[in-house]
Amino acid sequence: MKRLAWMAALVILAAVPFWVSGTFYVNIASQILLYAILALGVNVLAGYAGLVTLGHAGLFGIAAYAAAKIMNAGYGHVTVATGALAVTLVAAAVFAVLALRGTGLGFVMITVALGQIVWGVAYRWISLTNGDNGISITGRPSPLGLSLTTPARFYWATLIVFVIAVISMAIFVASPFGASVRGTRDQPRRMNALGYHVWMIRFLAFLFSAFWSGVAGLLYLYYNQFVSPQAVALTASAEALLMVIAGGSATLLGPIAGAGLVVVIKNVASGYIERWNFVLGAIFVAIVVFMPEGLVPGAVRLARRVRGR
Amino acid sequence: MSLWVVLAVNSITFGGLLFLLSAGFSLIFGLMKIPNLTHGSFFMLGAYFATSLIARGFNFWAAALVGGLLVAAFGGVIERFILRRLAGAELAQVLVTLGLSFMVADVCLMVWTGDPIRIDTPAGLRGATSMLGLGFPTYRLAISLIAVVFAAALWALLDRTRLGAMIRAGVDDPAMARVVGIRVSRLFTIVFCLGAWLAGFAGVIGGPILSVYPGLDQEMLPLALVVVILGGSGSLLGSLVGSFVVGFLYNFGQAMFPELAYVVLFLPMLIVLVVRPQGLFGRPAL
Repeated sequence: MKRLAWMAALVILAAVPFWVSGTFYVNIASQILLYAILALGVNVLAGYAGLVTLGHAGLFGIAAYAAAKIMNAGYGHVTVATGALAVTLVAAAVFAVLALRGTGLGFVMITVALGQIVWGVAYRWISLTNGDNGISITGRPSPLGLSLTTPARFYWATLIVFVIAVISMAIFVASPFGASVRGTRDQPRRMNALGYHVWMIRFLAFLFSAFWSGVAGLLYLYYNQFVSPQAVALTASAEALLMVIAGGSATLLGPIAGAGLVVVIKNVASGYIERWNFVLGAIFVAIVVFMPEGLVPGAVRLARRVRGR
Repeated sequence: MSLWVVLAVNSITFGGLLFLLSAGFSLIFGLMKIPNLTHGSFFMLGAYFATSLIARGFNFWAAALVGGLLVAAFGGVIERFILRRLAGAELAQVLVTLGLSFMVADVCLMVWTGDPIRIDTPAGLRGATSMLGLGFPTYRLAISLIAVVFAAALWALLDRTRLGAMIRAGVDDPAMARVVGIRVSRLFTIVFCLGAWLAGFAGVIGGPILSVYPGLDQEMLPLALVVVILGGSGSLLGSLVGSFVVGFLYNFGQAMFPELAYVVLFLPMLIVLVVRPQGLFGRPAL
């Protein structure tokens, strides 16, 4: 039954370019999927490990910048992808070593500071990152010989990566490692007493989270063919966290729903009013105050009540 | 030679401003465990309020006073009506303060537009004062002096008055403070207003040297974070030392490695975190 629902969802998603009209909406669907990958990555830390990060746009941006630099140096797409992800993982290891000096609020503050360093480098280190003007790449690459130039083709490529991301998350959640990550969130001292290496578990969770954020960063670059400091600003980190919280953290569907919600509101808001940051802030405040558990768990609870349990 | 002296004076001035900003942040963080991400917005709001007040004919110091008080009132409202409801939920408080900072930034952009606004240096403090054969900008010296006076006043408030004793008790052990009859929730409001006021006031007096522009909030907030991580939260001495360290690194970093000033700024924070996670003057967590 559940498997059937997943298959149906996959078929519907795969058919999106056929039933939505216009490239604009296909592009929005691509955006939703790529941000959902980022949100799934953030959720590993914020939801399952209980380590709220406000610096993940930094890792997302590092992947995009690294890929842009490598691509503009004239290398092929395999080198670009592996190189960018390797750079992201190295940066993530450094971030993790520093940020895991603290937990709770300490972790939040350190990730804010680290994210701002990345922003500072992106904005000020002009000889490396071209400052505010950002870096452009010439056209989308064609991995494995497949051209990604049309919106529909790019959407399907993103969908394939997205499905792999979801499957990896499902395996992560069900695995003993996933259970130990949740254990370090709920009972770190007990986990320690039971002989688990709490720090190492958190470190590995950080790398896993950073990997998918890096993949999302790579897709972001391919999608926009451009990266600028805007991608690594605090606002971007906050948006990623909002996707997780709005949808419902520590669930599989939550971050995906949250990504859809945030991307749609962002596009609608910027289409009609110019005040996206105000709307973003207001949603933040409203969700935290009125619906702290997020949309998906809230909806599940409502459905249960309707069914009369 | 004179370049270094100018840089040093600028560093001390900037350090003084940072102290006003981060002392409030540190108090709020120390007492209420809220990393108040609207603190940069308080700074920027103070400066913007002052520009409007000055445009309506207030003189600089009156604008500084009123601007600071308006920010304090705003802080009080946030604490009383939003943060109070989220007591104990630390993550929720982080997110709400972050959301509020976006809203404030956007409202500022709408009201005061995107152009940088300069605040004129107050009349009596223009020009330079000569000292030891060198000319120093008078206003910058005045800011340094104000910071020293505020540091002394805050120290006296925290260390010598009954209110200060209650705040210290609240920082050390809120549960025990409640038991002995201190109304910690009222203290929270007072401290939050005080912190907001310090940030707003710092924004006003920083206006003439920084000018006021959108994004000032996000520029100042990480600096306050660095100061507090460096100095240790809840420690006034930590804020003071941290502010001057950051002030010097910021100014000398910009002069010597203009592209990497931001990185230079965060290096000592990283070193301190690795060697002494609680900060230079913080106490280790139990």
